[in-house]
Amino acid sequence: MYKIVDKKLLAPNIYSMDILAPRVAKAALPGQFIIIIVDENGERVPLTICDSNPEKGTVNIVTQAMGSSTKKLVAKEVGDHIKDFVGPLGKPSEFIHEDIEDLKKKKILFAGGGVGVAPIYPQAKWLVERGVEVDIVTGSKNKDLVILEERFAELTENLFIATDDGSYGFHGMVTNAIDELVENQGKKYDLCVIIGPMIMMKFTSMTTKKHGIPSIVSMNPIMVDGTGMCGACRVTVGGETKFACVDGPEFDAHQIDFDEALRRQAQYKEEEIKKDHEYCELTGGMMA
Amino acid sequence: MTRFTRTPITYQDPEKRIHNFDEVCLGYTKEEAIKEAKRCIQCKNPTCVPLCPVNIDIPGFIKAIAEEDFKKAAETLAEYSALPAVCGRVCPQEDQCEKTCILGKKGEPIAIGKLERFAADWALEQGLSLGKTKEPNGHKVAVIGSGPAGVTCAGELAKAGYEVKIFEALHEPGGVLVYGIPEFRLPADDIVQVEIENLKKLGVEIETNVIVGRTITVDEIFDEGYEAIFIGSGAGLPIFMNIPGENLNGVFSANEFLTRNNLMKAFRSDMDTPIKVGNKVAVVGGGNVAMDAARTAKRLGAEVHVVYRRTEEELPAREEEVENAMEEGIIFDFLTNPVEILGDDKGWVRGIKCVKMELGEPDASGRRRPIPIEGSEFEFEVDSVIMALGTSPNPLIPRTTEGLNTDERNRIKLVSEKGQTSREGIFAGGDNVTGSATVILAMGAGKEAAKSIDEYIKSKATNI
Repeated sequence: MYKIVDKKLLAPNIYSMDILAPRVAKAALPGQFIIIIVDENGERVPLTICDSNPEKGTVNIVTQAMGSSTKKLVAKEVGDHIKDFVGPLGKPSEFIHEDIEDLKKKKILFAGGGVGVAPIYPQAKWLVERGVEVDIVTGSKNKDLVILEERFAELTENLFIATDDGSYGFHGMVTNAIDELVENQGKKYDLCVIIGPMIMMKFTSMTTKKHGIPSIVSMNPIMVDGTGMCGACRVTVGGETKFACVDGPEFDAHQIDFDEALRRQAQYKEEEIKKDHEYCELTGGMMA
Repeated sequence: MTRFTRTPITYQDPEKRIHNFDEVCLGYTKEEAIKEAKRCIQCKNPTCVPLCPVNIDIPGFIKAIAEEDFKKAAETLAEYSALPAVCGRVCPQEDQCEKTCILGKKGEPIAIGKLERFAADWALEQGLSLGKTKEPNGHKVAVIGSGPAGVTCAGELAKAGYEVKIFEALHEPGGVLVYGIPEFRLPADDIVQVEIENLKKLGVEIETNVIVGRTITVDEIFDEGYEAIFIGSGAGLPIFMNIPGENLNGVFSANEFLTRNNLMKAFRSDMDTPIKVGNKVAVVGGGNVAMDAARTAKRLGAEVHVVYRRTEEELPAREEEVENAMEEGIIFDFLTNPVEILGDDKGWVRGIKCVKMELGEPDASGRRRPIPIEGSEFEFEVDSVIMALGTSPNPLIPRTTEGLNTDERNRIKLVSEKGQTSREGIFAGGDNVTGSATVILAMGAGKEAAKSIDEYIKSKATNI
């Protein structure tokens, strides 16, 4: 059992949680993820690591309550326990193996969408702590859903917040924001790291390709074990089948077959809707 | 002549069992077990024992059953095997202990597996914890993986006085016994978990949710004060065919399909993990895993075809499982090999394109090689495909452990028959050394390695 030691509401339906898992906290590197099982009846749910504190032994995750499992998770309070918490899983981000002096010469852009802005934090933090400057673009539906602004502002002056409805910051989506930065503000980037919903990653990849910016995406397919033993998470990268849990989750954005990935991600849609409905009945209308 | 006829055992009726996940073979009653045990002629030089990979004293435990001393039978088994209730159920006895039984020459061999199961189940029902442990010797050994190899190795070492900890990547211990083999063949909660609880009673600690190579490395395990490590991480990486259409929605590895159903219990409506099986399923392959996947899909309500490139004679699955599958209405399409999986306009499986095969000359494995018949391609409609073509070892541990040598198929190389790897203090056994094999072979390897670890630590220490 893994204890929840901190919980914060970041935005409607979006929570930050610190979970006591000393081994994971010690081993976690930028780009990696964990798998949780909330309770006895739970499924294995992959979530990207948003921060870790080896001294306290805690791992931070940010979750948007979407389906039955994430709803069960955010219904837990400080002092409650999560049944299973395993990780860190996946390969760390490529750049941690690169020479720091080389990285310092590069202009790196992070592009996060929705709740996917949270996992860009550990990567950007890792670089900033080593003296590498980064630019950050975040995209949200509206002002209420903008999260982690202060934490990102600590990392860079070049924080570019976009909202779809223009209620805060730049009016438009992440793709429009990148167009603005490159076309109107004359910014040049050597690398873009894109994390967010699959559809956002698809269109953002198309935008960076248009601008000739090499890009990395952190894939979020359906997973079961997360250790390479089932292949539920397989994605086609450059024409080859890869398992996102062990070969990724980060891949060259411009090599991904996004249409296949989007289709595979929706495989259990009917079952998820049905399960969500059952869960709502059980908890007396959590949906509301 | 009763001496040459096996005492019949009861199975759940096929019509009923295809609607549930309860155990298919109901096991012997006391009376049946005694009757069957009395058939054993108690050979002076038993031919059954050498064919058992852990060399159980078979006439010994059978004699105890015949004399109605079930406790003694269970104790005898416990001396040799950490998981008798499991092995009695899943060993391919027809190719092992029962193969050379003298009675088999004139009639039916003794039902050794079923008797082993009877004695082990009896002990589990009585809540007996068997196996004696020696005084703690103050030495620590770590075991990676809680499948049959790791569990056996851990049990042997605990009995010899070692402080043993098992690191397991999944949230439940048991390896393939819990994620792979279905409930209807091996009940996870009643049998596997109880046998693992018995292991804990010997003092073995199990830490789940630890992925060696990610959560900690082998070298960090040594840093925690362990003097030797046994790697029993199995062969859990699924093999796909690399044919077009394999990433369509509705194509699963057998590992995924079985893990969802067995480990995550997706067949139960109160569990959160979903499972999807269409109306008509093709299971590709002919081993035990293919049988398990096919029979699981049948229980989830599908029409099931096993697509196999050789004939019934070459099926690598256990005879009993093939018989059970056929009784349950699984359709076998022999001499058939898929060449492409066909999708609809939404990216879901709509069919499978196969080619007819014929058998040629025997290959290196001694089996006749299947050869495609030119121009024989045909399509048939299915809405799910389950690939059960075998598995290979996961490379994560060797990749993160300097000096641990593997072969080109990621199998850990041993430098001695006793489980010693290329690195001092590290031992290995089971499927990660042999590639996917049987439960009992993994147990045999775990037992051998435990002996070597004991010798290794004794050779280094002076206080044992």
